[in-house]
Amino acid sequence: MNEMPSIEQANEMTESKISANKVQVFYGDNQAIKDVDIEIQPRSVTSFIGPSGCGKSTFLRTINRMNDTIDICRVEGSIKIDNEDIYDPKVDPVQLRAKVGMVFQKPNPFPKSIYDNIAYGPRIHGLARNKAELDDIVSSSLQKAGLWEEVKNRLDEPGTGMSGGQQQRLCIARAIAVSPEVILMDEPCSALDPIATAKVEELIDELRENYTIVIVTHSMQQAARVSQRTAFFHLGILVEEGLTEDIFTNPKDKRTQDYITGRFG
Amino acid sequence: MSEHTVSAYDEELTAMAGKVAEMGGLAERAFADAVSALVSQDLDLAKSTIANDERLDALHQDVEMKLIEIIARRQPMGQDLREITAASRIANDLERVGDLAKNVAKRAIAIDSSLQSKKLAIGVEHMSELALGQLKRVLDAYTRRDAEAARRVQEADAEVDAIYTSLFRELLTYMMEDPRVITQCVHLLFCAKNIERIGDHATNIAENVYYMVTGERLPEDREKYDETTSAG
Repeated sequence: MNEMPSIEQANEMTESKISANKVQVFYGDNQAIKDVDIEIQPRSVTSFIGPSGCGKSTFLRTINRMNDTIDICRVEGSIKIDNEDIYDPKVDPVQLRAKVGMVFQKPNPFPKSIYDNIAYGPRIHGLARNKAELDDIVSSSLQKAGLWEEVKNRLDEPGTGMSGGQQQRLCIARAIAVSPEVILMDEPCSALDPIATAKVEELIDELRENYTIVIVTHSMQQAARVSQRTAFFHLGILVEEGLTEDIFTNPKDKRTQDYITGRFG
Repeated sequence: MSEHTVSAYDEELTAMAGKVAEMGGLAERAFADAVSALVSQDLDLAKSTIANDERLDALHQDVEMKLIEIIARRQPMGQDLREITAASRIANDLERVGDLAKNVAKRAIAIDSSLQSKKLAIGVEHMSELALGQLKRVLDAYTRRDAEAARRVQEADAEVDAIYTSLFRELLTYMMEDPRVITQCVHLLFCAKNIERIGDHATNIAENVYYMVTGERLPEDREKYDETTSAG
């Protein structure tokens, strides 16, 4: 709209939590992501939307180097978190993934007790010096994930015995347990019913106070409900990024318009 | 704009816009008939205009229900969302235009004297031509999705307001000169006020058409200033 960014906008820009510049992702000879530039604001929810195969999940996974696990995958360009290049050879991907947690489409609790699901990360990262500290981390993580009241009396039962929605919130609690700064969510509600979805969305809204959240979703209504900013991907390109309310009422690009109104052929 | 993947959605939107346009046609007709009943003291036309308002109200309710249904079933976004909110507001404005026209028709009956006031009614007739033109043009702009035409309608509302102000003064003068015409003049004054309000509704519609098409608010380009409030 305005040529000159306002002071607030300018401040926002300098404060980006995640800053991606000219990011390219290749699977062998196939280019999945082309020239993506995006600034992601701290303590806010950003959603990535777009048709299947548009690259939104691929791009999400570059933010905690999950693509490293795929041999033929190659990432170019720069992604910085707090101004540090996460693809720098000095960066330990395991440490990175503690700082940048991830929640997946299907709830995937470990085949362990509820307690151990949460305690696993803090243990391997050495975040607790004794049992009492570990207990604290477990209870506070479950509380932050809104699950404490439901499970406090059965912490030794297997996590896999919970309902789907509870399992997903357990996975979110597990991600929180290692004190991440960023949480990536790849379609976290696609396997959940509307009530479990609403609980996860409520949780996302609460977590926004302390974490930077990036969520990939196929549900535009979900993107509209939970996020402050929305980015639309198509054919590996970031077509448009902006305030969620602008993207859903007055998108600038015809492709965004067609997608959000259900006109994509 | 290209079509929705779900073609029934397109049909619903088209049907809705069609109904709003139909409301526009009815409102325009009611307004024109009411003024002509007033000017020519045609009581039959006045009565039928009053009776016809029911159709407009029924259509309005129909449009409202359809809009709610589309929102519930389709969760419209982007252009579609703007179109639906615009249709809802435009339908409200048109329903009000119908009510104002009905009120003019009622006053045509109430005046009920072969007016020596032909002279008096001329000013009202002239003002109504302008306002009717505004209403026509804005309804055109709606069906053609013409933001520029909508902007011009908003601009031209100042003219209707100016005529209202001068008409107000004129009627005031007549009343001072000849107290026997006071009743008539007061009725005419209310008619003029109604017509001025119809002009305002045309402006509202223009603003909604502009937003619907562009996604931007039409800036208000003039100060609202009603001289008659201080003159009275």
